[in-house]
Amino acid sequence: MKVYLKVWRQRNAQDPGRFVDYTVDGINPDMSFLEMLDVLNNRLISQGEDPIAFDSDCREGICGTCGLYINGRPHGPLPRATTCQVHMRHFKDGETIVIEPWRAKAFPVIKDLVVDRSAFDRIIQAGGYISVNTGQAPDGNAIPIPKEDASKAFDAATCIGCGACVAACKNASAMLFVAAKVAHLGRLPQGRIEARERVLNMLSQMEKEGFGGCTNTGACEAECPKGISLENIAFLNREFIKAKISF
Amino acid sequence: MTLYSISDKKLDGKCPTGPIEKRWTQHKASLRLVSPANKRRLDVIVVGTGLAGSSAAASLAELGYNVKVFCYQDSARRAHSIAAQGGINAAKNYMNDGDSVFRLFYDTVKGGDYRARESNVYRLAEVSANIIDQCVAQGVPFAREYGGYLDNRSFGGVQVSRTFYAKGQTGQQLLLGAYQALMRQVARGQAVLYSSHEMLDLVVIDGKARGIIARNLITGELERHGAHAVVLCTGGYGNVFFLSTNAKNSNATAIWRAHRRGAFFGNPCFTQIHPTCIPVSGDYQSKLTLMSESLRNDGRIWVPKKKDDPRKPTEIPEEERDYYLERRYPAFGNLVPRDVASRAAKERCDAGYGVGPSKMAVYLDFSDAIKRMGRAAIEAKYGNLFEIYQLITDENPYETPMRIYPAVHYTMGGLWVDYNLMSTIPGLFVCGEANFSDHGANRLGASALMQGLADGYFVLPYTIGDYLADDIRTPKIDTRHEAFEEAEKSVNERIEKLLSVRGKTPVDVLHRKLGLTMWDYCGMSRNAEGLKKALQIIDDLEDEFWKDVAVPGTGKEWNRELEKAGRVADFFELARLMCLDALHREESCGGHFREEYQTEDGEALRRDDLFSYVAAWEYTGHRQPPVLHKEDLIFEYCKPTVRSYK
Amino acid sequence: MELRAQHGLLKSLVAKKILMALTGLFLCLFLVVHLSGNLQLLIPGYSGRLQFNSYAVFMTHFPLIKIISYVLYLSIIIHVLDALVLTIRNRRARTVDYAVKSGYGSTFASRNMGILGSLILIFLVLHLANFWYKYKFGEMPYMVSPEGHYVSQKGEAIPGAVLKEGHLWVDGVDKGPAMKDLYEVVRLAFGQSWIVAIYVLSMIPLGYHLAHGFQSGFQTLGLRFGKAFSVIRVAGWLFAIIIPLGFAIIPLVFYFFPEKLN
Ligand SMILES: Cc1cc2nc3c(=O)[nH]c(=O)nc-3n(C[C@H](O)[C@H](O)[C@H](O)COP(=O)(O)OP(=O)(O)OC[C@H]3O[C@@H](n4cnc5c(N)ncnc54)[C@H](O)[C@@H]3O)c2cc1C
Ligand code: HEM
Ligand code: SF4
Ligand code: FES
Repeated sequence: MKVYLKVWRQRNAQDPGRFVDYTVDGINPDMSFLEMLDVLNNRLISQGEDPIAFDSDCREGICGTCGLYINGRPHGPLPRATTCQVHMRHFKDGETIVIEPWRAKAFPVIKDLVVDRSAFDRIIQAGGYISVNTGQAPDGNAIPIPKEDASKAFDAATCIGCGACVAACKNASAMLFVAAKVAHLGRLPQGRIEARERVLNMLSQMEKEGFGGCTNTGACEAECPKGISLENIAFLNREFIKAKISF
Repeated sequence: MTLYSISDKKLDGKCPTGPIEKRWTQHKASLRLVSPANKRRLDVIVVGTGLAGSSAAASLAELGYNVKVFCYQDSARRAHSIAAQGGINAAKNYMNDGDSVFRLFYDTVKGGDYRARESNVYRLAEVSANIIDQCVAQGVPFAREYGGYLDNRSFGGVQVSRTFYAKGQTGQQLLLGAYQALMRQVARGQAVLYSSHEMLDLVVIDGKARGIIARNLITGELERHGAHAVVLCTGGYGNVFFLSTNAKNSNATAIWRAHRRGAFFGNPCFTQIHPTCIPVSGDYQSKLTLMSESLRNDGRIWVPKKKDDPRKPTEIPEEERDYYLERRYPAFGNLVPRDVASRAAKERCDAGYGVGPSKMAVYLDFSDAIKRMGRAAIEAKYGNLFEIYQLITDENPYETPMRIYPAVHYTMGGLWVDYNLMSTIPGLFVCGEANFSDHGANRLGASALMQGLADGYFVLPYTIGDYLADDIRTPKIDTRHEAFEEAEKSVNERIEKLLSVRGKTPVDVLHRKLGLTMWDYCGMSRNAEGLKKALQIIDDLEDEFWKDVAVPGTGKEWNRELEKAGRVADFFELARLMCLDALHREESCGGHFREEYQTEDGEALRRDDLFSYVAAWEYTGHRQPPVLHKEDLIFEYCKPTVRSYK
Repeated sequence: MELRAQHGLLKSLVAKKILMALTGLFLCLFLVVHLSGNLQLLIPGYSGRLQFNSYAVFMTHFPLIKIISYVLYLSIIIHVLDALVLTIRNRRARTVDYAVKSGYGSTFASRNMGILGSLILIFLVLHLANFWYKYKFGEMPYMVSPEGHYVSQKGEAIPGAVLKEGHLWVDGVDKGPAMKDLYEVVRLAFGQSWIVAIYVLSMIPLGYHLAHGFQSGFQTLGLRFGKAFSVIRVAGWLFAIIIPLGFAIIPLVFYFFPEKLN
């Protein structure tokens, strides 16, 4: 099959950037989307042109490195999948595909389709952890945790930090990401001790980084490759209210 | 031409002696300590943020060392450990099924086909329980039972249930725990994080590891970082095969550069080929995806009895199917260890019975299990794996058998380290998959995560102090030292050299060729003739690489092709050493199967009298014959026996 | 861990959003009260007129209601200003916009709360100018019983009373303030097609605003627990349909079926 690409090209953060058209022919529908770009890049390289910069690592939907905004949707047309899990069979022969980077003030473009997501690390640094030193831990079974709580915490903890929620959100808000961590730790007894500081610190950092606020549109939840639920944001809001009324 | 020379001095792993269950405790008690005031003056570089690196960096920072931690990904959380699925072993005996530290120790030594150090493996088993406690305290949401206690499952054919898990995302959850511990130290200022930085050389001053040269992958700038000790936790080198289950950018550069600077490389030819991966679908394929080993608990593996059978698998009647594992290994059937299962699949496909478009696949069939347990039960157990399979292949495994084929998954080999995890370069420590490890010639499922975290949380923080105790008077390492000068210059020259070729062939194309060569000659089964041929092909490919590789752009920007080119250049050199090691080891053990050394019915033939040692290779120069150093392996507690699964 | 976050109750985006929800949900509550009051307009005949006008008196004179009404005005002002601040801050989080947007996973309403709210605001201004301002400060007709007597604020027709400065006098004795005839103002207004059109059309943005806003307010306050939230969601939908529909019916009946009200 054959597709027409419109790809955002931007040499560096200063460059204003623009769309460039490419045609890719001879695509096998079983190729992944990134493999299609590999093929294009190898062609460009052989022709002495600059290949399209995009990032990926695990290529199986778990590391959160990849992330392209494809035809108006983060990670492309497939629900519950990362960009690296999308295959060409999900596109039509002859289709025009527009590829853009994640767009958010807090995710500046590094080159072409690669953005800097270090803001997420700084949000975790602000409070996305439980303060326990190596060696301090009691026996693993010392604190039984209801299965229900453990599995809710797990569901929140499956966030891969890809940033699709930010990309999807009209406010470029990182609420789903923050909420996933607040809910993961806050739903476990070990995490309750620092619950107040955690939610306040992480939210404060989120704003400092320049992300917007949540207006509950739900686009993040729909586009999140791991199906992180908006329920986590409600949980975060509760934690916030609790934190503000407890002194 | 001699391919290598052999040192007549035996290498000493510095393992403690005495009763095995006391060794680590006694050794710990004998290690020297560094006072808190002195720790503040000591800098440690940790390269890698996988399970080993994150846990080491966080623990060292907690102790008060000044830690600098590096990874090539844009975030420490994306290290390849994130992809581990199945679980992590620990001798907790929560299931009351007779597990113990000794049993885990024994299983690991035996599973490794008696090519690992007893002392190390025992220590690993001993600290395994602490790992679980630590992770739970960090908030790792392990699977639990209704009573609220931790759940375990069985894994990899052992007889007890000792595997802790978090659905199919155990590696992710463990890594996030360690990553968060590390982020806490970064927030405290005790650790500084250098993400999007790739270590390109090790700096050795007066014989001691004193720093690294790293490239900032965003700006392209080369940076010098000095420290009193350097810890490499840079993962495995399975990507030498191009196609593997490893992350795309996993590489050997850090350990290879250290090897070139004097660190011996242990057992490079020991690679693990995992039997159940989704097969290659075309020549554009960029990586392979693992289907968890647990599938073999209920799936049956078969190929048609007729060559090139054109029928759909569902149309082939029972009596025309060859359930070859059940046929060959009636006792273990589909549950034989990874190396055995992989080789059997290859044997069938090579004989022409393979299925699917490429004919390089076998069926993993769940129809019996679905009949027996019902679709819902299968869905509950394997639903997410089936989904991944369908996502990739567009086939529904509930209706038609999966197609699977073995793929490169893990490297048991790595930099040689002593009992203190120190390499042959003083001050250079190596943890996790990057070291030659505790797994011998074959790793058991769910033991890599255990080892990475054991090294980082519970071994290195003790042993590094013993080394650093000598360094408390050493001032900050001056990065203006000529050794830094020299290292930076050589890194720079190499980058310039890569950029100046301006050839026509993309890096991937050459890497793929290298991978195919390794797969064909140094993969699931090897023989002397093939290995010699491979050595020749590797040389040719390497020549072609330096003559015709196309690396666009400059060194002063984000340049993925340049990164890849540097890594592949190192892979050529490593590939050569792997073949050499495979050639020299004239026996079959674990993942290393030499066709010349097999029993009459095609099983591996270990030769303990000749090869019961660790092969540690010393670098002597590019394409120069390396020196082989042997560390003898002594088995006091697990007497080597023939592994039989019949 | 140390608390490093900014202090100040309303500093954070989440706090501002919670204020949005509190004021918004309070306005929702008000809408219910307001609609139930207004529906009295549809009671035919003199008794309906009397009841509605008495209700208007009650709403403007009862002290507790007065306090609540100030809270209401304040809520609207806070809701609007907060909306402005939030919308601007949220816009700033994306400096370069996408070339292609799909809107996947979010509703039209949720993406356009600002615009919908602004339409409501315009309507509110018109609406207040039309009735509330007139009622309080403007020229108002006074209510007359079918027998032709003025009616006091207590709802009694007072035979022979004369009207002076809003009060009813019988033989020089002040019988208290007269009842303003808001009903009549409404009737006259809803006889005009353009006013009816504005009132009816304005209920569309209100409906959309509520369709998102109602459930969103609960979400913002963290009031979301498993399946119970689908009840809130359905309630939100019903609310977003019933309330605007209720408001829209009134002008429509006045305009198209005035005879039904006699
Ligand atoms: C698909 C899959 C499933 C697996 N499942 C299991 C399982 O269920 N149970 C189990 O026990 N094991 C499993 N394994 C094996 C296990 O995941 C790995 O062996 C283990 O995670 C390795 O951890 P590590 O910390 O040593 O290295 P990694 O996690 O590979 O981390 C390497 C780190 O080094 C950094 N790095 C590398 N080179 C450089 C450089 N030059 N400069 C700077 N940084 C560098 C990287 O950025 C990264 O941070 C699985 C492996 C795979 C591939
Ligand atoms: C009767 C009138 C109104 C009612 C009942 C109402 C109700 C609500 C409710 C319940 C919410 C949801 C709050 C949340 O999600 O937490 C909301 C949000 C909002 N309202 Fe209103 N509102 C009204 C008028 C207005 C007006 C006049 C504006 C003016 C500009 C406005 C602008 C907004 C905006 C922009 C939001 C979204 C803010 C955000 O999500 O951050 N609303 N409204
Ligand atoms: S919440 Fe979902 S979309 Fe957002 S970073 Fe996590 S996984 Fe990605
Ligand atoms: S590359 Fe890891 S999630 Fe896509």
